[in-house]
Amino acid sequence: MKIDKNTINKIARLSRIKLDGKESEDYIKDLNSILDWVEQLNEVNTENVEPLSNISSSILPKREDVSNDTNSSEEILENAPDKLEGFFAVPKVVE
Amino acid sequence: MNNLIKGEKYDWEMVIGLEIHAQVKSNSKLFSSSSTKFGSSPNSQVSLVDAAMPGMLPVINKYCVEQAVKTGVGLNAKINNYSVFDRKNYFYADLPQGYQISQYKYPIVGEGKVTIDFKDGTSKDIRIVRLHLEQDAGKSLHDQNPSKTYVDLNRSGVALMEIVSEPDIRTPDEAGMYISKIRSILMYLDTCDGNMQEGSLRADVNISVRKPGDEYGTRCEIKNLNSIKFIKQAINYEAKRQIEILESGGSIEQNTMLFNTSTGKTRPMRNKEEAHDYRYFPDPDLLPLEISKEEIGKIKSSIPELPDELKNKFIETYKLSNYDASVLTAEKQTSDYFNETINSDPELKNHAKIVVNWITSELFSLLNKNNQDLNNSPVSPENLGQLIKLISTNEISGKIAKDVLEDMFSSGKTARQIVDEKGLQQVTDQGEIAKVIDEVIAENPKMVEQYLAGKDKLLGFFVGQAMKLTKGKANPKMLNDILKQKLNKKN
Repeated sequence: MKIDKNTINKIARLSRIKLDGKESEDYIKDLNSILDWVEQLNEVNTENVEPLSNISSSILPKREDVSNDTNSSEEILENAPDKLEGFFAVPKVVE
Repeated sequence: MNNLIKGEKYDWEMVIGLEIHAQVKSNSKLFSSSSTKFGSSPNSQVSLVDAAMPGMLPVINKYCVEQAVKTGVGLNAKINNYSVFDRKNYFYADLPQGYQISQYKYPIVGEGKVTIDFKDGTSKDIRIVRLHLEQDAGKSLHDQNPSKTYVDLNRSGVALMEIVSEPDIRTPDEAGMYISKIRSILMYLDTCDGNMQEGSLRADVNISVRKPGDEYGTRCEIKNLNSIKFIKQAINYEAKRQIEILESGGSIEQNTMLFNTSTGKTRPMRNKEEAHDYRYFPDPDLLPLEISKEEIGKIKSSIPELPDELKNKFIETYKLSNYDASVLTAEKQTSDYFNETINSDPELKNHAKIVVNWITSELFSLLNKNNQDLNNSPVSPENLGQLIKLISTNEISGKIAKDVLEDMFSSGKTARQIVDEKGLQQVTDQGEIAKVIDEVIAENPKMVEQYLAGKDKLLGFFVGQAMKLTKGKANPKMLNDILKQKLNKKN
């Protein structure tokens, strides 16, 4: 797999990251070398090997369905750049 | 059944599939302990996990998992012992994580099916592709301020079950019946409250059109419909739109549409070119979800009687029609009410059809008129049972019973009390009825003449007069029989 100019632009757009020409050149290089490195794994024969999803052999911890009654409003909005009557206020997103 | 719709040039068939989002009825969210209560003040039920603060980790709610399994069993579906949570990545102001935790390749529930019943007694299976667990997003308010969107994260992280159907649906009515059936199953199972107004149950509709026998056409998806009426409207509009394009030589572009509930029209969403690149990958914060056979068995054994089983039981026990039985079992409160009514007196078991009619037409229309719900009906099942018994034993006529029911509804009295107080007992004394008829005949000699001369319609007039004299209390059948007898004797 190779990353080209189009791919890097698409990834940047999807991630809402603005890249200038120089930066995208750097990222193309960096990402390609990361991919090349990871692709060495292709040399290993993995036929009939189940994908490993869990290295700790522990199981998914679960909680009981108990809700807390704390009012989070103040804490949650503390860092909001803009708010109104308990709502986050963000630039208009129209759909 | 002919399900085709006429275009200008050809007949077309709709092909419809639904993705239903059903909110799990739980106290806390899927991955956090915040409350799921509806209608609380904005952002008051948002934990640091729901707000996606750095370093917060999701811990799954055991109860939500059980509810998903339960629902899977109710949909006659395969329960997967192994499923995986993935991240579905997209940017939106009401999605603090920048991704929704969902299930992609390995959902918790696989293929299943539900049956819908038509009025003509036939039925049809709609196949289910899958059911998976996922997080809900927050809520955005766009119409409060010209330059701002307001965001409330109370819903963020609430557990949803997404139920995906095969494209087996062919008409807007079938789509409505399908979602009603899913809603009914969820409510019997008590895994979702089924409240469409509050958004606990909503659907995305996939629709394409084709000429009968052709391959599937290109489909469009209409997002986020929260009533059966809107689902039907949106399907009708969208099908017409597609047919017009195809008949004028165009082709359908695969698109995500929004439905405007005030204009009744669909329009494509913007920013569509990237909309479907969600870059799913397994969520590294969550281990795969494994459920043992024993756990599944335990959940299965806790499943209550479901609408279809109950329907078959009603058909068998009470010899009801498929349609009557499906109306009774569509909502749990209706079947509960029917059960309580018919069991309130051993005599009523032989009059099941009458019981059905009195519940689904007379009582329902009174409830509707007064904007009330069967759950808090002023007429209890026992009292309705008593009224029906008075009808079945001929103590009062059906016509008078309607007035009695209205009286019961407003006064809260029992049928017995009202009938006794007002002296509404049906007159079944042959002699008494005959006396009244003699009176009517004596008073209307001209009419009698005309009747005897062949004007059969006048029979109704005599019945009416006699009923008037008895204040509607004469047994109608006896009245008719005796009247005919007497008139014919004159001949």
